[in-house]
Amino acid sequence: MDLLDNLALGFSTALLLQNVLYCFVGVLLGTAVGVLPGIGPTATVAMLLPITFSFEPVTALIMLAGIYYGAQYGGSTTAILINLPGESSAAVTALDGHEMARQGRAGAALATAAVGSFIAGTVATVALAVAAPPLARVALRFGPAEYFSLVLLGLIVSIALARGAPLKALAMIALGVLFGTVGQDIYTGTPRFVFDQRELYGGIDFVSVAVGMFGVAEILRNLENEQTRTTVVSRVKNLWPTREDRRRIVAPILRGTGIGAALGVLPGGGHVLASFTSYAVEKRISKRGDEFGHGAIEGVAGPESANNAAAQTSFIPLLTLGLPAHPVMALMVGAFIVHGITPGPNVLTDEPALFWGLIASMWIGNVLLLLLNLPLIGLWVRMLRIPYQILFPMIILFAAIGTYSLGFNAFDVYAIVFFGILGYILIKCGCEPAPLLLGFVLGPLVEENLRRALIISRGDPTTFITRPISAILLTLTIAALVLTVLPAIRKRRETVFTEEE
Amino acid sequence: MRTTSRYRMLAAIGVVSLVAACSAGNGGATGGETAGAGPTAGYPDRNITFVVPFSAGGPTDTVTRMIAEPMAAKLGGQIVVQNVEGAGGTVGAGEVARAEADGYTVLMHHIGMSTAPALYQNLGYKPLEDFEMVGLVTEVPMTIVARKDFAPATLADLVAHVKANADKVTLANAGIGAASHLCGLLFQTAAGVKLQEVPYEGTGPALTDLVGGQVDFMCDQTTNTSGQIAAGEVKAYAVTTPERVKSLPDLPTTTEAGLPQLQVSVWHGLYVPAGTPPDVVQKLSEALKTALADQKVIDQMAKLGTAPVPAESATSQAHRAKLEEQLGTWAKVIADAGVKAS
Repeated sequence: MDLLDNLALGFSTALLLQNVLYCFVGVLLGTAVGVLPGIGPTATVAMLLPITFSFEPVTALIMLAGIYYGAQYGGSTTAILINLPGESSAAVTALDGHEMARQGRAGAALATAAVGSFIAGTVATVALAVAAPPLARVALRFGPAEYFSLVLLGLIVSIALARGAPLKALAMIALGVLFGTVGQDIYTGTPRFVFDQRELYGGIDFVSVAVGMFGVAEILRNLENEQTRTTVVSRVKNLWPTREDRRRIVAPILRGTGIGAALGVLPGGGHVLASFTSYAVEKRISKRGDEFGHGAIEGVAGPESANNAAAQTSFIPLLTLGLPAHPVMALMVGAFIVHGITPGPNVLTDEPALFWGLIASMWIGNVLLLLLNLPLIGLWVRMLRIPYQILFPMIILFAAIGTYSLGFNAFDVYAIVFFGILGYILIKCGCEPAPLLLGFVLGPLVEENLRRALIISRGDPTTFITRPISAILLTLTIAALVLTVLPAIRKRRETVFTEEE
Repeated sequence: MRTTSRYRMLAAIGVVSLVAACSAGNGGATGGETAGAGPTAGYPDRNITFVVPFSAGGPTDTVTRMIAEPMAAKLGGQIVVQNVEGAGGTVGAGEVARAEADGYTVLMHHIGMSTAPALYQNLGYKPLEDFEMVGLVTEVPMTIVARKDFAPATLADLVAHVKANADKVTLANAGIGAASHLCGLLFQTAAGVKLQEVPYEGTGPALTDLVGGQVDFMCDQTTNTSGQIAAGEVKAYAVTTPERVKSLPDLPTTTEAGLPQLQVSVWHGLYVPAGTPPDVVQKLSEALKTALADQKVIDQMAKLGTAPVPAESATSQAHRAKLEEQLGTWAKVIADAGVKAS
């Protein structure tokens, strides 16, 4: 069978000593930069790119890819431990993951994230090996109209689940959308809400918002309370998931993997939706819907798996078409070119050892990540025993360093102060930051694709229903809306996106 | 135990910054070739920062990192590349314009240096007055490409087709002020037609939609398009430079294809703040020349479909002349098109 031959070729390449070594270096670096919010994989890959010029092409790409998916792994660690998400996917993990850490179950949350990521990575790697080219062709059928409908569906599914006073959740989403519009409009060049600050032309960075709204606001909230001021975590209970936990995470991991693998293929923002969608789905079908936001392990297992699966399958457009879905992928296109390889459909036929070697290395990388991360859990959890008066300045320090390193711009650091105070005020008003973040991430995507679809159709709105994929997605959106307004389900809505007790 | 975890985090930062330093080249401290004992004789005695006003990994960033290593070796110091993105490169450029004029802050900028005054109202700096030019680096050719099932077969067909179907054809670009946007403006001027432009956030998404057939055609740097052209995923009409590109030998130039007015390349140059001592600028120019003659740099640029500029262009004078000429050209094109970025 062809596939087996190809995989044999892939593993014989990926298992060469230097390739395993650089795969390890890649995932190690990826984990390290993932742990620090701000110092993202993009900056790391950019800095390492010149070093890889002297490597074999496959070795270079194996290492760079390792940094990317390694960072997806590492990002969950700080989100769970100290509520400091560095990427939108990690913000979802923080919802229940950090709640678990507060209950002394950080170990179980971290282990769930690691195991879920591993399973998702494995399945997604198989998907890459089996069906990359046809999947990429499907992804290309997604134009602006389809992306608009897809993101709208994602937004509606998540809104439908926002808890508490619907008005407050809606207000938070709207506020998030407004923050998302800050910056230069890409269609007309008009600066929006920039107040003559040139730093705002590029928009507000996600890391500043997430670190401020989650991390800093959380610290302010902890400090006001005499009891939490000394220790956040009451006592560390079992380090590993209990049998009950293990039973509960199997299905969410598998569902998350499926959702993530499917969405990750779409280069125009699919991976952003993966963890949001998985969380919403888990919340909706769980029998313990009310536990979500209060440390439901499913809320960690699903989104983490979805995120990692999407990270793997987002390589599909890159490897089969030479089209980057993420800035890191764009850097890898540069790496391909510098090594004299033309990224595009020809890679599969011209460089089979490279194509299959890279795919095989992703599985090896996932094994290495699991081996690297499981033993670290004990260490991470012990970090929570650091007295809070020592821990919280450290958290703020790292948050500031990480945010500064985004663009060497002091403005981004001021932004975390602003969003930290805003987040604190909102918590005091009974509003949750999670819907705000949702609006911040998805709002601009909705706007961008809506306007682009209408530009291409010359203002004809029927484009959304005459294009079949878009029509199907919109039908699903309406179905989701109808389901939400049904009174029977209304009750459940009370409990999603809960952040505080 | 708690220190372990903390050191782990610190180590993570350490690794990253160490790597940054290493990648900038391991030039030994061999400086001091000028015998004069002026205040700048010891230049450089600390790290030089190269500011790239665009995202890491973009074509400009790649070119900068390519020349940073041989330049550092020649200067006998370290070069650290920093990405200060935003507002079409004007954030990074503004920062360098305000930086200390000591030669330790250097800006790499492209064609956007000459278009920003026309695009932005409150730029905050004047390209000719607030900077000293070090020299040109490379001129990246651009290509006119279309979705593969787009009807026109040649550049002449394309011009005729878009004129006849101006209300249907879509022209993609990578955002206001991007090279692809400027090239698209020039195309419309040269062809004498006004088309519906579809802006994207960056070249990646624009190219994705072109390959997917969502938009009709665009104009972009060979750095981005040559792979898709070679794979037959997009249809290529012409390259916008006087000579053909080595990596795409079959692609005619715009002059050969009958649209000689369409001449554009993404030229890159190095700048320092105005007032930088002339001997420091001179040292940087010399180092740039050395880097551009480096066989490794030539090879790497060839793979990107471009080449270093000839040695006589890697000078302050040639660079200033180019910038003056381009400022005039783009002021007119942009004013005629009625485009404003702010």
